[in-house]
Amino acid sequence: MRYNVFSLIKNTLSGHKNWEPAWRQPEPKKEYDIVIAGGGGHGLATAYYLAKEHGLRNIAVLEKGWLGSGNIGRNTTIIRSNYMLPGNNPFYEWSMKLWENLEQDFNFNAMVSQRGVLNLCHTDAQRDAFARRGNAMRIDGVDAELLDREAVREMYPFFDYDNARFPIKGGLLQRRGGTVRHDAVAWGFARGADSRGVDIIQHCEVKGINVENGKVAGVDTNKGFIKCKKLGLATAGNSSETAKMAGMRLPMESHVLQAFVSEGLKPYIDGVVTFGAGHFYVSQSDKGGLVFGGDIDGYNSYARRGNLPMVEHVIEAGVAMIPSLARVRVLRSWGGIMDMSMDGSPIIDKTHIQGLYLNAGWCYGGFKATPASGWCFAYTIARDEPHKLNAAYRLDRFRTGHMIDEKGQGATPNLH
Amino acid sequence: MLIPCPHCGTRPVEEFTFLGDAAPTRPTTNDPSSMEAWYEYVYLRNNPRGTIDEYAHHSGGCRAWLVVQRNTETHEVYGAVTARAFASRKEAVAKGEQA
Repeated sequence: MRYNVFSLIKNTLSGHKNWEPAWRQPEPKKEYDIVIAGGGGHGLATAYYLAKEHGLRNIAVLEKGWLGSGNIGRNTTIIRSNYMLPGNNPFYEWSMKLWENLEQDFNFNAMVSQRGVLNLCHTDAQRDAFARRGNAMRIDGVDAELLDREAVREMYPFFDYDNARFPIKGGLLQRRGGTVRHDAVAWGFARGADSRGVDIIQHCEVKGINVENGKVAGVDTNKGFIKCKKLGLATAGNSSETAKMAGMRLPMESHVLQAFVSEGLKPYIDGVVTFGAGHFYVSQSDKGGLVFGGDIDGYNSYARRGNLPMVEHVIEAGVAMIPSLARVRVLRSWGGIMDMSMDGSPIIDKTHIQGLYLNAGWCYGGFKATPASGWCFAYTIARDEPHKLNAAYRLDRFRTGHMIDEKGQGATPNLH
Repeated sequence: MLIPCPHCGTRPVEEFTFLGDAAPTRPTTNDPSSMEAWYEYVYLRNNPRGTIDEYAHHSGGCRAWLVVQRNTETHEVYGAVTARAFASRKEAVAKGEQA
């Protein structure tokens, strides 16, 4: 059933009792052409584009928890394509273009809101770096505007412009950036995939990967053995664990990232703003809560919860940027497990095992990439070769020296 | 998390800076034939879900390099030794394996 004004009126008149479930709850079949491990945003998007763009139908998505229980429902909902390096920008810009048409495409209200993403700068050197990044973005056809201090002040008069240590000197604005209702992205992709025949199997955990003669043969799960010709791993923070099942060691570490939401406030911050002198980013949800986050805690973790020192650190950065935040009460904080790669960039590639594909290493930038990641991973799986948009996201780039290191930090996953 | 520093006693986690897994061993040669070993040392990680030995610098205390043994799933801290003690232990184990 398509969602539109007529179906809404019809269901309103019948008291909203006849809405159909948005996806089925199938039991796994014995065999699929393609199995995707991981029913998060990237896994569901991959299944959706495999069905929609490549006409494939015999696909299962295996999710160990419930749909959307991982990072797709834990992030701070920001979308942007303000990268600098070749390899990154065309990919993220493609993601932005997919976001712009996503709701019409999968017939689901994901509340895509292009409210603008503003990065603040606090020194002359940082402004120069922003000008350079803005120029790199424009060369790739991405919108970027360098704002001076007064232009930023006009947008957000309540920031601390004369902070003794970190005065605000200006900012780099991408107006097409913004926020998206994160859960709705999972639900929209799930519904779109399900309606095209994809089986989404929840509470089905991959326990082992069966490889015969260098070729994927199937997966062991808590619901039995499932045979498959191709297997795509989209397991985010658990990527190292799933790759181990196929005898692979990955260039990544798992780290915990915390996020926060405040009590509901009246309209206060209408875009997304990031602090440039520490790690802090904030936007306001449609319910009124300020959604914000900062850095990862800094030590290896699979715990999905962080420690208090980072809570304090994030809120200190927030208050340095917006002094009035000091009076806002925090409602909740939570954590998600990030697949921190060795250069801060992701991997979408084939592996040395025939029929095994890897989508991992998103660090904490995976949400904005969801549509393009699914789109490119679907292409890579369907054609058995990477698309030119994800050609740079190779697994072997660390061996060959073709890292994509936006921050220039080197092989230090906890600093990316 | 509270970390039992061998020099300073039990101290809060914010005094420490983490460097990551202490399991990889730095190759001792620059010979081009060791490039695979270097690649593994610099880039590949076991990334265990469970017990990990992790380098931690007590940057807000005695400034010594330590190796903290910790559970990545529960954040339980099992203990901490100096990086020097950890290295000698690792060397002894490696020699034992060779013998």
